[in-house]
Amino acid sequence: MSNVPEELLYTKTHEWVRQNEDGTVTVGITDHAQDLLGDMVYVELPEPGNSLAVGDECMVVESVKAASDIYCPLSGEVVEVNIALADTPELINQDPYGEGWLFTLQPAEGGEREELMEADAYQELIESES
Amino acid sequence: MPFIPHTPEEVREMLEVIGVERIEDLFSEIPTELRSSITSKKIPPAMNEMEIGRLMRERAARDGNPLCFIGAGAYEHHIPAAVWELATRGEYYTAYTPYQAEASQGILQLLYEFQTMMASLTGMELSNASLYDGASALAEAVLMAVRANRKSKSRRVLMPLTVHPVYRKVVRTIVRHQGIELVELPYCTACGNIVPDSLASLSGEDFTALVVPQPNFFGVLEEVDQLADWAHANGVLVIGLINPTAAAVLAPPGEWGEQGADIACGEGQPLGIPLASGGPYFGFLCCREQLVRQMPGRIVGRTVDLDGKPGYTLTLQAREQHIRRSKATSNICTNQGLMTTAATIYLSLLGPEGLERVAAACHDNTRQLLEKLTAIEGVELQFDGEFFHEAVLRFDVPVEPLLKRLARQQLLAGYPIAEEYPELGDALLVCCTETKSEADRERFAGLLREAMAEMRGS
Repeated sequence: MSNVPEELLYTKTHEWVRQNEDGTVTVGITDHAQDLLGDMVYVELPEPGNSLAVGDECMVVESVKAASDIYCPLSGEVVEVNIALADTPELINQDPYGEGWLFTLQPAEGGEREELMEADAYQELIESES
Repeated sequence: MPFIPHTPEEVREMLEVIGVERIEDLFSEIPTELRSSITSKKIPPAMNEMEIGRLMRERAARDGNPLCFIGAGAYEHHIPAAVWELATRGEYYTAYTPYQAEASQGILQLLYEFQTMMASLTGMELSNASLYDGASALAEAVLMAVRANRKSKSRRVLMPLTVHPVYRKVVRTIVRHQGIELVELPYCTACGNIVPDSLASLSGEDFTALVVPQPNFFGVLEEVDQLADWAHANGVLVIGLINPTAAAVLAPPGEWGEQGADIACGEGQPLGIPLASGGPYFGFLCCREQLVRQMPGRIVGRTVDLDGKPGYTLTLQAREQHIRRSKATSNICTNQGLMTTAATIYLSLLGPEGLERVAAACHDNTRQLLEKLTAIEGVELQFDGEFFHEAVLRFDVPVEPLLKRLARQQLLAGYPIAEEYPELGDALLVCCTETKSEADRERFAGLLREAMAEMRGS
């Protein structure tokens, strides 16, 4: 059974979003996604300062099985990227909701957040897909 | 026997299931006017082995047996007999990396050795298992540089006019619909290479990569250290386009300037592949370790199995087309297996010292030939830059009739470059490898002297 924390928001493409106190959001991939992808070997991070639109292919995570695109869950500007992943991409496998975060984003104004899923909806999605 | 595994009965059954009457109906969505008008009627009747063998021998004989001083990207070198004797053994005789590759440890080990040799020859950290040819390897190098240089947003690549004109065309064809702009870099008509100081006016502009040919199309050596340093100081990646024979005596791309080139590529034909109407040849592509995930094609790695025994495997496949589809690093994820096999055997027979001797003999022979030819009235060296085994000569008579006349005397004197470089006038690109003896060079000089005297007299 995959771990789906209650306090996070989710996308259909298996990214998670955490609201931070300073107004930014942190983005990562879910426990379910890392489990399907397998051992991570390489991460191609976005450039801080880049403006992204919701749904953009903004970075690539590469596991022993495949290189997969990560879709940007909200429009906004990249603030910070998790440079620890350059040397230790396995953090995504070990701690997908913590040390394995991907990047933070300063979200643009807009109602895109309402498109994101609550934990129970995401839980249903992955059960329906399995 | 036709090479079609289906019987007419099976074909009929399949058509019935999908509700189509004839095979031709499957192509009905292609407008009639676009369909090929070639029918079987225009193809002559089949010949047996004896007949086709004779036809081919007769056609080949029409070429004669000329003495060839044409280089321009394809070079006549001595190939030890053992190279193709071994390369055509059943164990190696495949054009591709095998499917179910790990079942074929022999070919994987061979490709691994090839990669090791190419990395060592270019002074780079990594090599892939080869590409189709030198021109497409350069195009892949450009695409790779654009993916890798994330600091540059312009997708503009500096392409010197001293790069082989055919290579420039191939690169343009492959990259032009990918939003990549090729910016031409001029050359000095006195020295025949890029003047590094001329780049100063471009400093501060956003360029993604710079292609540096060594030697360049004119056979002239480029100031690779200064060019590489300028590029790196301006955030530009350096792509070295090199002749692998010359690499045995010149500084390898990995040692250009302070940091070395980022990518090295080129045509592998000089390494044991005969001249055969333009191919098949093979391309090589090497890079620094940091760029490996942007490198297209196959890479063979060495590892150990569960019992700790060494074994070879295809590695870094996660970005190839069978996994990434349209997002793959390239959609030419194959290699030239057989040509690569020959090159690996060629390099292992010659060794670093042998290849160095071949390169030195080429340079020496070219120097001696140029001395003889430029002693003839009306023949001059076009450029004063240092050369490897090729140089541009300028004539005071029209080149085309001169070439025709010499060809009738079984001498291919060089490659005319006026079409691509009209500014150089009546000029020929002449090459002399280790295969040309003193007597051959003397014959060239004698026939040329005669021809020029007569052409001027008439």
